[in-house]
Amino acid sequence: MKLTVWTYEGPPHVGAMRVATGMKDMHYVLHAPQGDTYADLLFTMIERRNHRPPVTYTTFQARDLGADTAYLFKDAATAAYERFKPEAMIVGASCTAELIQDDPGGLAETLGLPIPAIPLELPSYQRKENFGADETFYQIVKALATPMEKTARVTANLIGPTGLGFRHRDDIVEVTGLLMDMGIEVNVVAPMPASPSDIAKLGQAHFNVLMYPETAETAARYMEREFGQPYTKTVPIGVGATRDFVKEVAQIADVEPVLDDSRLRMPWYSASVDSTYLTGKRVFLFGDGTHVAACARIARDEMGFEVVGMGCYNREQARMLRGLATDYGVDALITDDYLEVERRIEELAPEMILGTQMERHIGKRLGIPCAVISAPVHVQDFPARYSPQMGIEGANVIFDTWVHPLVMGLEEHLLTMFREDFEFHDDAGASHHGHKAKLREMGIKEPSETGTVTPEPAQVNTGPVEIVWLPAAEKELKKIPFFVRGKAKRNTETFASERGVQEISVDTLYEAKAHYAR
Amino acid sequence: MTEQFSPPPSRGCSDTPVLKQRGQHEVFCGLTGIIWLHRKMQDAFFLVVGSRTCAHLLQSAAGVMIFAEPRFATAILEETDLAGMADAQQELDRVVSELLERRPDIKQLFIVGSCPSEVIKLDLATAAERMSAQFAPNVRVLSYSGSGIETTFTQGEDACLAAMVPVMPKTDARELLLVGALPDVVEEQAVGLLEAMGIGPIRVLPASRVNDEYGIGPNTLYALTQPFLTDTHEALQRRHAQHIAAPFPFGEEGTTAWLRAIADQFGVSDAKFAEVTDAPRARARKAVAQASEALRGKSVFFFPDSQLEIPLARFLTRECGMDAVEVGSPFIHRAVMAADLDLLAEGPTIAEGQDVDKQLDRCRDARPDLTVCGLGLANPLEAEGLTTKWAIELVFTPVHFYEQAGDLAGLFSRPVRRRDLLKLEAAE
Ligand code: SF4
Ligand code: SF4
Repeated sequence: MKLTVWTYEGPPHVGAMRVATGMKDMHYVLHAPQGDTYADLLFTMIERRNHRPPVTYTTFQARDLGADTAYLFKDAATAAYERFKPEAMIVGASCTAELIQDDPGGLAETLGLPIPAIPLELPSYQRKENFGADETFYQIVKALATPMEKTARVTANLIGPTGLGFRHRDDIVEVTGLLMDMGIEVNVVAPMPASPSDIAKLGQAHFNVLMYPETAETAARYMEREFGQPYTKTVPIGVGATRDFVKEVAQIADVEPVLDDSRLRMPWYSASVDSTYLTGKRVFLFGDGTHVAACARIARDEMGFEVVGMGCYNREQARMLRGLATDYGVDALITDDYLEVERRIEELAPEMILGTQMERHIGKRLGIPCAVISAPVHVQDFPARYSPQMGIEGANVIFDTWVHPLVMGLEEHLLTMFREDFEFHDDAGASHHGHKAKLREMGIKEPSETGTVTPEPAQVNTGPVEIVWLPAAEKELKKIPFFVRGKAKRNTETFASERGVQEISVDTLYEAKAHYAR
Repeated sequence: MTEQFSPPPSRGCSDTPVLKQRGQHEVFCGLTGIIWLHRKMQDAFFLVVGSRTCAHLLQSAAGVMIFAEPRFATAILEETDLAGMADAQQELDRVVSELLERRPDIKQLFIVGSCPSEVIKLDLATAAERMSAQFAPNVRVLSYSGSGIETTFTQGEDACLAAMVPVMPKTDARELLLVGALPDVVEEQAVGLLEAMGIGPIRVLPASRVNDEYGIGPNTLYALTQPFLTDTHEALQRRHAQHIAAPFPFGEEGTTAWLRAIADQFGVSDAKFAEVTDAPRARARKAVAQASEALRGKSVFFFPDSQLEIPLARFLTRECGMDAVEVGSPFIHRAVMAADLDLLAEGPTIAEGQDVDKQLDRCRDARPDLTVCGLGLANPLEAEGLTTKWAIELVFTPVHFYEQAGDLAGLFSRPVRRRDLLKLEAAE
């Protein structure tokens, strides 16, 4: 039994839904209780899809359990076929149905439907969403695709995009463009937005572009083995990775490595003097392995940040990420426990977080700016505008997105200079943002309305000793610009507790500052 | 206030045959109630014993994660727990001990059953008894089912409250009990109005802290504030408390009828009743009139969701001038719904349970001006040109009693006004 508060990944059948929902003319018959229909809203609300996910749930109830739940499944599958007339179906069980062992695959077979009904075995009590997507796509490819004669011209499949994918919609466009510039046509993009008949044609491409290893690596390996299609290992997120990707593709396809970088602005934006303030900003990265690995490279080599920590929630990528972390001289955090991530961030006190929607919340609570680089994401990470992560435009988008939460260079100085100005005080946060960091949640009391500090000193529990901030020191802390205040507070407390100091005075604060000066 | 309500319909919906179809349901399970219950009961923790799906449901329904560590969590069953029962109980003990050690602020713990825990017949009631004994008197441990095979959406709150009734102390005091987890602002308004009539002492279930609790007995008079509290109603009956039947307090009419039914039990005079309610009634009437302008003469179709559908259809038809086409509800419990069914004029299809695909067909045929439905259906229907209102907002927003009557009408009229407002085509 594992105590879980927030989860990075849903159950594996949600991964299967992401595949089915991305596809056309595919239907998913899912043996599941009624409450599991909540998953529809991920697609209709968070991703703003304008149609229902193509999923029929059997919604069995307790009273059905004693009797026969198998007939419910058969009825639902038959009715779904009659109503939606899909080209193919996937059938499977959610966690509850897995326990009643009705064998949806076997049942579907007895129905004699005139279309393929592909059975899914997704172990709900061992695996998670990304596995579910990867396994589902693999089963679909295995069932529907066959070796074929290759197209006359050089073509590639783009594999990995799914429903609810972080920027998949726009990455497809960007990668298609990269290939087109090299004279390579796209054969099929799958699972999203392919139909089963498109899947059947996968075999005629010369190679596969594996866009997201999380959702398509098993299928890529299968097609390499069965159809003789090599697949790309570089994920083109960031300037350097995009250039590497072009080289890799050129080599696989035996064409000239052509990259049209006339629209690439990121390197100049990063080099221009206003970006000096980005130098050495301490960042922590967390997300799926693929995005974290790509973004770590951007952070260090293309933004000039200092990577102080990284991690991923999908164990499938643990080995890769551990290796990478060693190269960066940091420890990899492999966990799907949100509280553990939060503790690590608190320990490291980075100046910025590159993470998922979970880390955005951690950042909000701790007053640390955060940019989103990986699923899981919320509704605002499905923007109306074109905003890929991959390719040339992806690099531009990433620069803008990462810089946005930070206080800009000149503003940073002004805040320090005028930190007690009544209008320009730093509680307002970065001037281009509507909200501010909440101090209370970090255990810092805000001075009351009149400007005097609350009489009782704030108590913090840092390990064995209770440390108290004296009012004057607390007031002084308030004068430190908000974007470094969290770090200053932590450092001071660590400094004090290491020395057995129980009351933090203004002197303690500045001694700590001198101690930690870099 | 001299103005009266429109007379009750000559034929209400009480005898209307109910359409029952069995097909796919598109509703939440009872775990969802934890999202609002844990805010209401400030010293309670809700521990779901379930799967990754249950954890994901809670997270998706909560939508906004405001708290780093909220007062709910899921103990996710793993392969090893499924192997042998003894292990699962021990595991649960371990998880609970660790949790309570880390959260000394917790005074009541609800162990919440899910589909997986019920299918493997994990006995949570016995576990709760065992833990109650172990952690008494600091923590009270209760269990209930929020599973999707047993409960639909708001039935989770019902199951939770029903679990609390048997363990409450006994009393012979004549007290009024308001039943239902309402937002504080709404609860205070209701208590304020009743106290102004001289009614008291007033208790609420759930109390916001375990120590605020009181007794129950034959002299307890209770009024339900939510239509889905039917098991709680039955649990209170078993403790011989007396039910004050009334329409539910939505809109000016519902609120007045609900207050009147209570006032009658406590011998409040007409003059006193008028003195307390006249001003807020007038305000509510004015606010509803304004907010419902866009709704008059429009048709409405309800997909089943929270069991609030029938009282809301009554409000929309009688106070906002709408026509109901279909009123779908997951369950229709006659004992608590009678007063609202009587007031809802004959005409609409009354449906219980669901076959979502067939219901969508009926909805598309009817092309109502407003469709009230769940989050999974709203955008797809909007894309087909229908105007929708997400039902879940009706349980997350303060909508009861006089001062919220205008807001309640506004929740329905906003999507209608929005559709009129948007001009996204070329001018010519
Ligand atoms: S329907 Fe059952 S399995 Fe699904 S989330 Fe609800 S309790 Fe969990
Ligand atoms: S800020 Fe966080 S909680 Fe709020 S909507 Fe965005 S992602 Fe959700």
